[in-house]
Amino acid sequence: MATKWDPETYGLMAEFNEPEDLIAATRKAREHGYRWFESYSPFPVHGLSEAMGFRHTKLPLIVLTAGLLGGLGGFGLQYYLTVIEYPLNVGGRPLFSWPSFIPITFELTVLSAAFGAVLGMLGLNGLPRPHHPVFNISEFASASRDKFFLCLQSRDEKFQMQSSREFLESLEPAAIYEVPQ
Amino acid sequence: MSSHSPDSSSHDAQHSSADPMIGPGHSLGSVTDKITSLTLRQGVGWKWLLGFAVSFALVMLLMLSVAVLFKYGVGVWGLNIPVGWGFAIVNFVWWVGIGHAGTLISAVLLLLRQQWRTSINRFAEAMTLFAVACAGMYPLLHMGRPQYFYWIFPYPNTMDIYPQFRSPLVWDAFALTAYGTVSALFWYVGLIPDMATLRDRAKTRFSQITYGFLSMGWRGSARHWKRYETAYLLLAGLATPLVVSVHTIVSFDFAVGIIPGWHATVFPPYFVAGAIYSGFAMVLTLCIPLRVAYGLKDFITDRHLDNMAKVMLASGLVVAYGYGMEAFMAYYSGHDVEAYMLENRMGGPYAFFFWSLLACNIAIPQLLWFPAVRRNSKMLFVIAIIINIGMWLERFIIVVTSLHRDFLPSSWDMYYPTFWDWALYIGTIGFFFACLFIFVRLLPAISIFEMRELLETEEGGNGHGH
Repeated sequence: MATKWDPETYGLMAEFNEPEDLIAATRKAREHGYRWFESYSPFPVHGLSEAMGFRHTKLPLIVLTAGLLGGLGGFGLQYYLTVIEYPLNVGGRPLFSWPSFIPITFELTVLSAAFGAVLGMLGLNGLPRPHHPVFNISEFASASRDKFFLCLQSRDEKFQMQSSREFLESLEPAAIYEVPQ
Repeated sequence: MSSHSPDSSSHDAQHSSADPMIGPGHSLGSVTDKITSLTLRQGVGWKWLLGFAVSFALVMLLMLSVAVLFKYGVGVWGLNIPVGWGFAIVNFVWWVGIGHAGTLISAVLLLLRQQWRTSINRFAEAMTLFAVACAGMYPLLHMGRPQYFYWIFPYPNTMDIYPQFRSPLVWDAFALTAYGTVSALFWYVGLIPDMATLRDRAKTRFSQITYGFLSMGWRGSARHWKRYETAYLLLAGLATPLVVSVHTIVSFDFAVGIIPGWHATVFPPYFVAGAIYSGFAMVLTLCIPLRVAYGLKDFITDRHLDNMAKVMLASGLVVAYGYGMEAFMAYYSGHDVEAYMLENRMGGPYAFFFWSLLACNIAIPQLLWFPAVRRNSKMLFVIAIIINIGMWLERFIIVVTSLHRDFLPSSWDMYYPTFWDWALYIGTIGFFFACLFIFVRLLPAISIFEMRELLETEEGGNGHGH
């Protein structure tokens, strides 16, 4: 095949029966120089993302930022409304009765951080995205049951239909599929 | 049999063979198929239909009692001037408390790496959501003018007035909405990979589209899992202080007051312990019949019941200590109205309820010390129901006996709940069960991907069999 980028093909998918095989295959794909590939498993397999070379996610930073904003916003809101916007004598308490502001500050911190965690996770993962080329092969349905997949994408510099298929065959998968775009 | 270490993450083969968290002979595929088949099969069984019909009839009772309440006002309840808080607040606290075990199981046990949580967490989280939904009704319904409920939230308005942030009832509004939202998010995040499984297994176009929509296109990519696990762990870390804070804030409703019997500094931890206690009692009440009805004994094993009973016992002892401290401090304070509060509980007109409370919450649950009782699901079921009743009585005693006789003897009165108090309470129980029936029919009652993960770790010592 002359062109490296085949617009008709999303990639080549290899199916494995055991998570250990997928980890080994993933490591080999990386060592082999592939960069645009993805491993799919029905549950989080320990060591898989490390084998892919994916170690760090920005998610904790997003959650921290969201939590701090929620906390500062919550405290600031209470301070502004009770001290500046409409000061009232409630039960003889001081206007800036900060201990009373802590519960709401805390709740809003947690609420914002939780939104940060969920929306951040979905956003970084590019979800929701109901249509994706990997769903084009019906066998991929077992990725949510008991099978493990490695997909080399055709956009990879190193991807070539023939040599990539041979590489996948050397990993001794249960099956290899061509994934249409 | 009862000597296994609480650290179930160790891979020793003894766990897997002698006392498993998952029945023998299961593979990734069989676990998936078993749980999805509960959801994806056609039609409904007559037992489900009967259970749902009864619950739904009670939802109608709820609707009726709300309609009557809105039409005639809170005067349809048995409240009076000393006892302004009756069933509505008793049930509010009871329901919130029940919700807490769900978060405890899903979040705290995740942080502690307790793998036995896996087969009960989904179910317990659903229980949390529905219990919080029931609880959330009461703060709205017990308002004299519920149509103005939104005044409790700060929003810019033409009157230029805002809620005052020194009241625990305003804190409640924030705590409950935050708790409900975070629990729902946590629950939904946990469901995403399982919805993908249902999407891939579904036979009909309608269910494929529905679960496909709900699973947001989850495809189990390694990068996605990594971020997913991070998000899940962070959510668990956030939900843990949240669950403690929510019932703490609920306890402030009382502890911030000046009423003897309410103004107790021990309330926050003691309410949280009580919440865990009643919550685990409700989880057991629900999961013992569930595992029989759906043939889930392979997944919810006796070991789960045993562990839950132990947590229940531990929190029950904290509650018992709380009763002891309440009584001790009442005398130790040297405050005669405080001392009378205790005398009134023990020998006043509500003494029967007080002694029933001690029997239900302290005396009978001591049976949980015996492994034979913890392993006997029928006895455990009965004890769990007794604790549910006991924890309801606890809230009744705290709310009503403290209010009906306090500082001014000229303001002493009795509280007798009316038909509409009971109808609303029973109605929310119906609502709770109706939601649960719908949940077990439409969504996986046990987390599928976490069961797969558990299976993989359990297999660690025994070699691979799938």
